[in-house]
Amino acid sequence: MLSRRVFMKNGGLALLSLGFAPAFITRTAEAAGAARRKVLVAIFQRGAVDGLNMVVPFGEREYYAARPSIAVPRPSGARPDDAAIDLDGFFGLHPRLAPLKPLWDARQLAIVHASGSPDSTRSHFDAQDYMETATPGVKSTQDGWLNRYLHAREHADATPFRAVALAGQLPRSLQGTAPALAMNQIGQFGIRAGQATEMVQASFESEYAAAADRVLNRTGGQAFDAVKMLKSADPAKYQPENGADYPRSAYGEALRQIAQLIKADVGLEVAFAEAGGWDTHVNQGSAVGQLAGRLDDFGRGIAALARDLGDRMGDTVILTMSEFGRAVAENGNRGTDHGHGNAMFVIGGGNVRGGKVYGRWPGLAREQRYDGRDLAVTTDFRSVFDEVVRGHLDVADTRTIFPGFTGAQRLGIIG
Amino acid sequence: MRLLTRALVTVLAAATVAAGGPSSAVPRNPDDRTIAHVLNRAGFGARPGDIERVRGIGLQAYIDQQLYPERIPDSALAARLAALDTLNKSSRELAGEYFEPAQRARQQAKLQADKDPSMNPSTDDAAKTRTPEVMAAQRKARQVIENLSDQKILRASFSDRQLEEVMVDFWFNHFNVFAGKGMTQVYLTEYERDTIRPRVFGKFRDLLGATAKSPAMLFYLDNWQSADPAAQDRMMDVGRRRRARFGFMAPPQNPQRPGGAAQGRPKRGLNENYGRELMELHTLGVDGGYTQDDVINVARAFTGWTIDVPRQGGGFRFEPRLHDPNEKVVLGHRIKAGGGQSDGEKVLDILAASPATARFIATKLARRFVSDTPPPALVDRAAKRFHDTDGDIREVVRTILTSPEFFAADAYRAKVKTPFEFVVSAVRASGAEVDEATPLAQAVRQLGMPLYMCQPPTGYADRADAWVNTGALLNRMNFALQLVSNRMRGVRAGTSLAGDALAGDVSSTTAATIAKATDARQTAALTLGSPEFQRR
Repeated sequence: MLSRRVFMKNGGLALLSLGFAPAFITRTAEAAGAARRKVLVAIFQRGAVDGLNMVVPFGEREYYAARPSIAVPRPSGARPDDAAIDLDGFFGLHPRLAPLKPLWDARQLAIVHASGSPDSTRSHFDAQDYMETATPGVKSTQDGWLNRYLHAREHADATPFRAVALAGQLPRSLQGTAPALAMNQIGQFGIRAGQATEMVQASFESEYAAAADRVLNRTGGQAFDAVKMLKSADPAKYQPENGADYPRSAYGEALRQIAQLIKADVGLEVAFAEAGGWDTHVNQGSAVGQLAGRLDDFGRGIAALARDLGDRMGDTVILTMSEFGRAVAENGNRGTDHGHGNAMFVIGGGNVRGGKVYGRWPGLAREQRYDGRDLAVTTDFRSVFDEVVRGHLDVADTRTIFPGFTGAQRLGIIG
Repeated sequence: MRLLTRALVTVLAAATVAAGGPSSAVPRNPDDRTIAHVLNRAGFGARPGDIERVRGIGLQAYIDQQLYPERIPDSALAARLAALDTLNKSSRELAGEYFEPAQRARQQAKLQADKDPSMNPSTDDAAKTRTPEVMAAQRKARQVIENLSDQKILRASFSDRQLEEVMVDFWFNHFNVFAGKGMTQVYLTEYERDTIRPRVFGKFRDLLGATAKSPAMLFYLDNWQSADPAAQDRMMDVGRRRRARFGFMAPPQNPQRPGGAAQGRPKRGLNENYGRELMELHTLGVDGGYTQDDVINVARAFTGWTIDVPRQGGGFRFEPRLHDPNEKVVLGHRIKAGGGQSDGEKVLDILAASPATARFIATKLARRFVSDTPPPALVDRAAKRFHDTDGDIREVVRTILTSPEFFAADAYRAKVKTPFEFVVSAVRASGAEVDEATPLAQAVRQLGMPLYMCQPPTGYADRADAWVNTGALLNRMNFALQLVSNRMRGVRAGTSLAGDALAGDVSSTTAATIAKATDARQTAALTLGSPEFQRR
């Protein structure tokens, strides 16, 4: 509460001194006192993470038969660091995901296994495209599903920071006609003209404020409001709390900045971050090795974000996704090739019903596999998206967000 | 006073009898605004002196000239492009000299790292292969797309064949392929140079046919691996060894089939991607009246249109053994069984001749040249011209550029510049000298339009709403600042901006704001970053 009061005071003063206060800033500050905004943090694991080693079906004999050199060993009291972390007697987390275990125990972490796309493509390019547009099989979709969400829930209190990708470019998920921002470093956002910055910024601002061109007038106004808003909210002053320790990777840095934006109350509703390096065709490793290193970064980042946000996790859902899973059997290079079904995480401190692995498990025996080689998909990834949009972001009618999708399953992850 | 003069000139221009005969609405005595309008639409904006130059040639004559680029000498440009080594190489040369070495170096480094017991096993692949050899090889491979991006910037900035550059940009975007998808990058140079560029003012059918056979498109939209699902069974009879020799190890795109599943071996099958996009995006348009059955039949017709040794940069090849020999029906037209490669050609004939295609192409061109929502009467005339001339692109463009709608008041500054148009027009307006175009290509990327890296087959949007957003707008202002203060490597901007930059036509606020600038560079930045300069 303290931080928001400081923001209102400082923000309001700073803006008054400039002669005006954008309506949305006062509204944000007011709204913040009543009901806090729901936030969705979407994390894309680009390159197709091996879901079978991320969330290990250690109860499956077939799993060990198919992966003689890269399987993660069954949970073991003797060597816990080298074995799966038991979740429910059948599934276990990869040992490097130990930082997520407290979230599972607190019922904040839900897992959907054997989830994925109904489309059969094993192309990273196509599958990412299909997942981000949420229209599997349709290549001509112009906008991303998160952008369509922004449209579906337009509201007067929207700020320029409503949707932000901490990335160099706007990901496909957020592309579209609703405003969304991409930035690598929130400190870099604004006019950069050295010592003349203030003068130049004021000059540009007056040009756009006077423009008869309605589109540029409005957008220009929003841009300068955003710059001022970010300056007065000063997200950089929010240092990680509660002992949160973000990994020193671009991904960890992105999550740290997302926490700063959330705490600065600039109106963030949809945040996007991504982590790469999952395309483990060769020497994937098991409890240690290549994939283990990537999962270590991935898990520590999420754990740090959840810890840092503290009770704000009650308004936050973290949703993870990857374009497809990897083949059940390891290949000749102790790695895994492109597959089909995968695992997704839904993490939140509010109404997420965590501590459970959702989705029907199809089994790994050869005749149970997709194409005889991959984990079959029993839950369409759009069902998971849909449930997050309905249950967390409170959109009752999701037809425009997931066009043509009629088979949504009610999983009960959020309720 | 200035406003009054301008109003007067506009009235005069409108009253002047058109210069190009009865069908041309090109004003005979155009004012600066009108000339700037033409330079902004039939090119990438005015360079210092351009408005006077065009006035000297005559507006009608200038437009006529631009429609025949081969008649415009452009030797100065050739000198600027000479340093870009990869532009004239064949796809085979690019594969062999640039892409394969990078791949080999990476594989070797990885093999070595995996054998090295001192290497931490959790090191990821990227780190393992960060050897000097690999990095040098990868740098060399990146050079291909860098050269291509550089030439695009240099041509748009300095070529006197401005309309040709607009058309290459337009048609590349219409037949978009994405450099980031697999082998597409090997073929990009050839695709723009040999497939698109020579045909931008030709017959649409010819351009369509060239893209259909281009390895870039065959790879990007997966047709190279599309096969008659029955073909594999036929080939199995021929024998396993022959199939293995000929087999493609690429992943299958076909839905799971019981036979394949039991075998655990990927099956090749029909791939509908090209068939669908060919109709939706290249010819008929999404409302062009085709059905899913048409998509399947078109895809069947193109089975066997594949690439010869793609990793080595090979060319188009028709592979009869992948082809579905049976009859197809496309948009009600029957294509008889046994046509082989000609099935695809027949499909292209049918699509190119469809009135829906004429309308779709006319609409897109009118949107590019006139406004986001082009006047229906103009689209009608352009579509009719397309139909009457058997898809002669030059004539359709001529119809649009000489139309009253093109010169109408509401078309003036009706278009928001794309990031590419913005960057290039700023370079032109500032009379900048460019020794190195790569930083400019990076600027275009930062503004959200990475060259040759548009992922979806739709290409980049040609409507304002796609490009006007808060972050992008701030980035444009920052680019203007960076450009004029010479903080951009390899680019030296002149400080005296062309009065041509905005043809003297700015709001009183912009004029007053610019007047308060403390030096010439600030003046230039406040002009190039102004709302007026974001439009063309």
